[in-house]
Amino acid sequence: MLDFVIRPLASAGRGTVGALGSVGRAWILFAGTAGALRHPSIWGPQLVPQLARIGVASVPIALFIATFTGIVMSLQASYTLTGTIPLYFVGALVGKTMMLELGPVLTGLTLAGRVGANISAELGTMRVTEQVDALETLAYDPLAYLVVPRIIAGIVMFPIVVLLAMTVGIFSGWFTALQLLDMSSPEFIKGLRLLFEPWDVWFAVIKSISFGAIVTGVGCFYGLQTERGAEGVGRSATQTVVIASMIILCLDAFWAATLL
Amino acid sequence: MSIQIAGLHKAFGPKEVLRGFSLEVRVGATAAIVGPSGSGKSLLLKHLVGLMQPDTGSVLVDGESVPDLGRRDLARLRRRIGYVFQFAALFDSMTIAENVGMGLKRVPGWSAGRIRGRVDECLGLVDLGGMGERYPSQLSGGQKKRAGLARAIAASPKYLLYDEPTTGLDPVTTSVIDQLILRMRDELGVTGLVVTHDMTSAFRVADRITLLHEGKARFTGTPAEVRAARDDVLRGFVEGDPGLYYGPHRGGDHGP
Repeated sequence: MLDFVIRPLASAGRGTVGALGSVGRAWILFAGTAGALRHPSIWGPQLVPQLARIGVASVPIALFIATFTGIVMSLQASYTLTGTIPLYFVGALVGKTMMLELGPVLTGLTLAGRVGANISAELGTMRVTEQVDALETLAYDPLAYLVVPRIIAGIVMFPIVVLLAMTVGIFSGWFTALQLLDMSSPEFIKGLRLLFEPWDVWFAVIKSISFGAIVTGVGCFYGLQTERGAEGVGRSATQTVVIASMIILCLDAFWAATLL
Repeated sequence: MSIQIAGLHKAFGPKEVLRGFSLEVRVGATAAIVGPSGSGKSLLLKHLVGLMQPDTGSVLVDGESVPDLGRRDLARLRRRIGYVFQFAALFDSMTIAENVGMGLKRVPGWSAGRIRGRVDECLGLVDLGGMGERYPSQLSGGQKKRAGLARAIAASPKYLLYDEPTTGLDPVTTSVIDQLILRMRDELGVTGLVVTHDMTSAFRVADRITLLHEGKARFTGTPAEVRAARDDVLRGFVEGDPGLYYGPHRGGDHGP
């Protein structure tokens, strides 16, 4: 008779214990990874390939998204401002939103899918096929070999990709303003410079460094936790994208509240 | 004694897999642990290289307690142990030569040239000479197992642990792998521990055979003693008779 009370309580209890367990395991991974930094002979040779895979290979999709974001921002700004505010504010709006929000966050969310899922699936497959165990038996620290180079690559390359995306987004907004909105370059640049603060760029860099650490760290965490074959690999990849995206949005709000 | 396991217990939640398992392996011998799938054989091997921590009991290799070793000492111990995984566990993004040389990169003082030479030597030992540039996906099941063996012996280990080395192989390839295991013992003087459910293979390669049953060592003896044993459970496993192995009153609860 008390089933309808006990069952949800039990379910909530299990959920809480599971969440606390995940936090504990994430902390252990973080501490272990920090300790594994002492073994540059293991992670050093892996760093350049990871910089290429995580950063360079992500540039095309990041730029594709930035290009269309710039176009849409420009058109929507013009639609919103026409008749109320001078049109050169289109430049201000495109520049400010690309730097403060859309450049870092859209790129971060995109890379949560591309990079996070990729890392999770790769490490998950290595886990279920015992390749991670094999690394250990060959006297390699898996955290030093697998996790450290990926997180460093994320921290280094995300800001670079984001800065490129911001630049391309602003240029595409500018191009759209010239071609479709009957604006001149001096007008657009006037708007762009109107609200520009050098701090905006640093703000984007700080955000993207944190996004890089989160996407790669979450990918490694769920990848190394993978169990039960192909289904487990798929589940880990999904969890990585969902959790990393949620943390990116939370961090976005956190940085806005603390740094602006 | 080179490997000593005593009173080993390991449980996952309510499921007790190992319930006081004990075993001793002499230097230079090859021991086999046999038992059905899921009986905890692979789990046992993982305790010997510190991939698993026992709940209770002791695991000694060369007198060192494996669960108590620190990270550095564990790495040192692992260099003395080669591990042949059930499905080879080759790094699929690397060539076979890179796989075999992987452990050697962690050995201080080994130059790239010396590693290359040793890799070629190991591939030759397992009859995979000339296949170093292939990727694991380009090898057959038997070739993958041999590549896994080459990787395990590359650092000249004192011990070799074989996890189901013949599972999924045809009888001829099984025989080839068994010959390799014997060659490792006779030519390299390696102490071997094989876990398998393949009795033909166990009889061929082992000096002593232990039946792992319900988490404990049910019977240990030479192949001749195993063949002559009257223990119903052992006979049931050796002869593949579920009635004898599980007992008539429990036959219906088990089986594939």
